Amino acid sequence: MSKLREKLELGEFIVTGEIGPPKGVDLDKCLDEAVALRGHVTAINVTDLQSAVMRIGSLAVSAKLIERGLEPVFQITCRDRNRLALQSDLLSAWALGIENVLCITGDHPILGDHTEAKPVYDLDSVQLLKAASTLNQGHDMSGHELESNPSFFLGAVVTPAAEPLEPQLIKMKKKIEAGARFFQTQAIYEPERFGQFVNQVQEFNVPVIAGIVLLKSAAMAKFMNSNVAGVNVPESIIREMEETAKEDRKKKAVEITARIIRQVKPFCQGIHIMPLGWGEMIPEILKEAEISQDVRSRREEV
Amino acid sequence: MKSITRQKPFDEIKEELEGLDRIYIIGCGTCATMTRTGGREEVLDMKDHLQEVGKMVTGWTVIPTACDEMTEVALRENNGAIQNANCILVMSCALGVHKVNSYIDKPVIPALDTLFIGIEDEPGNFHEVCAQCGQCVLGQTAGICPLTACHKGLLNGPCGGTNNGKCEVDKEKDCAWTLIYQRLEAQGRLNLMRKYQPIKNYQVVPRPRVTKIV
Repeated sequence: MSKLREKLELGEFIVTGEIGPPKGVDLDKCLDEAVALRGHVTAINVTDLQSAVMRIGSLAVSAKLIERGLEPVFQITCRDRNRLALQSDLLSAWALGIENVLCITGDHPILGDHTEAKPVYDLDSVQLLKAASTLNQGHDMSGHELESNPSFFLGAVVTPAAEPLEPQLIKMKKKIEAGARFFQTQAIYEPERFGQFVNQVQEFNVPVIAGIVLLKSAAMAKFMNSNVAGVNVPESIIREMEETAKEDRKKKAVEITARIIRQVKPFCQGIHIMPLGWGEMIPEILKEAEISQDVRSRREEV
Repeated sequence: MKSITRQKPFDEIKEELEGLDRIYIIGCGTCATMTRTGGREEVLDMKDHLQEVGKMVTGWTVIPTACDEMTEVALRENNGAIQNANCILVMSCALGVHKVNSYIDKPVIPALDTLFIGIEDEPGNFHEVCAQCGQCVLGQTAGICPLTACHKGLLNGPCGGTNNGKCEVDKEKDCAWTLIYQRLEAQGRLNLMRKYQPIKNYQVVPRPRVTKIV
């Protein structure tokens, strides 16, 4: 059983990290980033052609993490594969030792670097979760029996600050019914609003892991506010960043991120940190957010 | 219903006409006239353009409905000028191109690109309403098709890219699933959105699609 599954099922507070595979074949830098998280996180998400930009696949990089004794969360999107390829890649993932799978729709190709590509979306994220659950039960989507079956721990995503929120909640419930056992969220910058969201999904009884994106600058905050769906960095945080001298920004980023983590911690069962290249700061953030101790005490398990 | 077309860049048309110097032009009096891509006026413009680049136009006609059976009659009536040409340039949607192609052995060149089947919501504004999937879900989606109106063709609700009712692909565009949600809510039928929509059968009629109505 994956550590992620074990801890979430025990109701423990967990930390997950994230790496983005590179555009090329040299994995050293990306794997070093992951190795630096050892002891600080339970599992590491590996993004699947994030932002619809062509790069090395999440399946290969997830397998490489396992080689290094790290636990991946294999992200798989509906954008690039039809139902045959999705099911086949899921079986491949299990054979490579991958247990945690995050099923997502995937950014549209128009947002990426192959804008004329044919978008696939043969399945949507709910249907993909159902397909993976069906594989878990020993059948493919056409009802044919598998000779041997996987036992994936399935996750999904949700956007707590979406406007309107109800369509997201309706879909979240469908994802749970289709087999999602944990949720990682879009980046949270408004802990209070996140708290309200958690109250609304309490009845779903599923672990929610709050998404944390390291804010590198005021410009980045403004960019996300106008370009990333469901992300609202409050004016006060933007001002805080603006008033910080460039050389102190990293320190400020740690401070802001740790503060958000402390504020969301009571509402969720974990945090998912997306460091966007500033992975080396995670230990310090966790320390300042007063959660590194919890994780370290279970270090032998990781 | 209209077949929505767009005229190909003239350079592309010129390239396809390479080595073909005597041209007969066919326009269409229905969709291509309404979209102003292959009506009388556009056909005459094309004739001028072709003559400017040294082509000879042996004749032209605007067939009332190029995809109709009457096309054969229209072609017969203009047989002389057609025989005189070494190719036919068709300014209709692909349906008309196919129809003409089935009656004439000479090369048939399309001057238009067929974009989609759509309707005109206000003058000059066309939008796609049907992807002809063969499994209509409009009854469950408040009359808004998620396969055509959602860029990802999602069946079980909006993706995470939706923001304040707009789409991640184009901030000017409405998110189809937000519209569906709002209409279902107004109709008191949100339960339809809560229902799992099964995977789509993309082979209702396998491509190339053929059917016989008896």
